[in-house]
Amino acid sequence: MSINRREFLKIAGISTIAGIGSVGLFDRLRKNALEASDYSPNLDALTAKRWAMVVDMSKFTTPEDYQKCINACHRTHNVPNFGNPKDEIKWIWTDTYEHTFPGQEHEYMPEDIKHRNFMLLCNHCQNPACVRVCPTKATFKRKDGIVMQDMHRCIGCRFCMAACPFGARSFNYRNPREFIKEEDINKEYPTRMIGVVEKCTFCTERLAVGKMPACVEEAPKGGLVFGDLDEPNSEVRKILSTTYTIRRKPDLGTEPSVFYVVGSSEFSIVPEIQ
Amino acid sequence: MYDGGKIIIGLIIFLALLTFPFYYNIGKVNAKPEPKIDTPEIQKLPVGERKCVESKEFMRGGHMQLLNEWRDSVVRDDKRIYVNSQGKKHNMSLQNECIRCHSNKKDFCDKCHNYMAVKPYCWTCHIEPKEKKS
Repeated sequence: MSINRREFLKIAGISTIAGIGSVGLFDRLRKNALEASDYSPNLDALTAKRWAMVVDMSKFTTPEDYQKCINACHRTHNVPNFGNPKDEIKWIWTDTYEHTFPGQEHEYMPEDIKHRNFMLLCNHCQNPACVRVCPTKATFKRKDGIVMQDMHRCIGCRFCMAACPFGARSFNYRNPREFIKEEDINKEYPTRMIGVVEKCTFCTERLAVGKMPACVEEAPKGGLVFGDLDEPNSEVRKILSTTYTIRRKPDLGTEPSVFYVVGSSEFSIVPEIQ
Repeated sequence: MYDGGKIIIGLIIFLALLTFPFYYNIGKVNAKPEPKIDTPEIQKLPVGERKCVESKEFMRGGHMQLLNEWRDSVVRDDKRIYVNSQGKKHNMSLQNECIRCHSNKKDFCDKCHNYMAVKPYCWTCHIEPKEKKS
């Protein structure tokens, strides 16, 4: 059974040649692979290091102010209306002070704050709990701070819904297609399918073509301010450095990127931005 | 072997039945699916510009890999502009780019997919082009 040195070298040599040859062969078999394709940088896009939003509640005065933002968002993104609050799909919605900033309310606070509605959306947290729990990495954090969801990967386990402390995520218990009116459908944006979770994306598809998020465009002037938190001269940072703002549930440590200017208008005058 | 004759006859009948579809179809060519690429949108283009993102041969064999690459690149890396092997730029979007020319899902996508019995689930979310019912 033993082989001598000469035979061993022969076998080793032949194996090496066969190995190198087969690489070429495999390359030939993969003739469908592309060679010259590439991606081009998108020069139209709005970019940032960390996108953030300031919600100035003093600018929202009538119920229509809220509804216009909600409608704009839900129409743009083909958000269905199941007609049942239990399985409602919401990207941007409203709730009371007590529910928005739990633990902060007391019985002597101004009536208009106590009873007013607050504009709520995904907080695009710096430490998103939803991203940590997602078993398929369908939910992930982009480099620009946006917490994004890859619908192709979502398996509908709803861990993210349990993890999110802000209730920003909704589950499609039914086929959403059947609940969007034919004439309302935005043909440039997909719908979702039954069994996936969805939420606000800070309008990544609009940022990519140089547009502000849909809700920001529809909000009363200065009501929703969108900008780069890492850029000291951005509109967002100017407001944050001059006006007192709070975030939802800061003690949980998720570091939300949505800030609220709370208070009746006389207390929250935003200085003119130079 | 008890009842050997019966068993062998039974086996022959069984094999004949099993292989019947093969004999029956010998010499008959199945109609090849021929996806149509003569949509009004393509007809409107000048002849020189009637080109897909990549060559016909590549798209035939590799459109699914290309689309997979596109969706990952757009959704996960936010890279949305594709430069093809001719250096031409394309917006990476099934719903907004592919369909712009191939507005005939039934005569284009479905033709081959039905023939091959594959069921891609693109259109459960992406909105398919409006077609005249034929």
